[in-house]
Amino acid sequence: MDVSVWRGDASGGRFQRFEVPARTSQTVLDVVAWIQQNADPTLSYRFACRVGMCGSCAMMVNGQPRWTCRTHVDRVTSDGRLEIAPLRNLAVIKDLAADMDPFFEKWVTAEAVFHPARSRDEAVERVNPDDPARQQVDAAIECINCAICYAACDTVAANPDYLGPAALNRAWTLVNDTKDAGRTAVLDAVSGAGGCHNCHSMGSCAQFCPNELNPMNAIAGLKRATARRFLGG
Amino acid sequence: MIRPHRSHPLWFAFLLHRVSGALLALFLPAHFLVLATALTSPQALDGALAWTDNTLVKLAEFGLVFLLAVHALGGLRLLALEFLPWTSGQKTLAASAVALAVLVSGTFFLSAV
Repeated sequence: MDVSVWRGDASGGRFQRFEVPARTSQTVLDVVAWIQQNADPTLSYRFACRVGMCGSCAMMVNGQPRWTCRTHVDRVTSDGRLEIAPLRNLAVIKDLAADMDPFFEKWVTAEAVFHPARSRDEAVERVNPDDPARQQVDAAIECINCAICYAACDTVAANPDYLGPAALNRAWTLVNDTKDAGRTAVLDAVSGAGGCHNCHSMGSCAQFCPNELNPMNAIAGLKRATARRFLGG
Repeated sequence: MIRPHRSHPLWFAFLLHRVSGALLALFLPAHFLVLATALTSPQALDGALAWTDNTLVKLAEFGLVFLLAVHALGGLRLLALEFLPWTSGQKTLAASAVALAVLVSGTFFLSAV
């Protein structure tokens, strides 16, 4: 198998080719690990759980953002050629490891952090799974912070201040969460210059989300909520 | 420009909307300029109207109507997508209904011409 792997750091780099033996049920992460263990031990990349839970192994595979641990090689290449690069829209630390700091900082900027409503002395808030607002939360809650949507998004590429699909998706879950007391703060944070109204509904976030979430829908929800608030509703 | 992460229908819908919008933005100032000559210089307006009888201009007007239709429908699509909280199943049904309507009306249109 002919594998091109991006080598370099924030100042620049180039693709380096490796010949990697093809195996059955081989994942893209297996390919990267094989190169690091057998061809070039200086190759840097990031992974942890290997089972699609931790969200740390996302990379660009043949130009598309993928969770490499759950992406079988034979699903993404037909001619035995692979091009593996660090996630788009983020600076590179080294080789395949992208700098995730701006991605996580935007979660905080979007107020996509839990705002407690009750103290430990009060009863736990009841969560009704049949409540329509709760169903909105449930549809968007399984984000693993892998930044695949962030790498897929052309609005992020065009506007460095745009908070991005993942942070806005999390903000939408909080807006609908009865346990969260920060609805006003969240809506303020997501209606600013880099907020939800930047989204052009290109849908790449939903197209590539490995957990089949739809951040575009969540952002549309934020657009409705902020518009309703602006109109005094 | 159509890189691998962009090859899906919603991105193409965005591209179509953006390109049609940009082309209409180029057309509109020229359109208003010509209309304004009705007040300042009627002869110039008559000249411009005579120019639009040109076959090439008539053909270009088909393109203009196409751009207007595409951009208007694209705008309605965005409003529906963003301001109506539809589930993805409902969106599929709506898109199928539009496709079916285009097919049926297109068939009638083709048999009429």
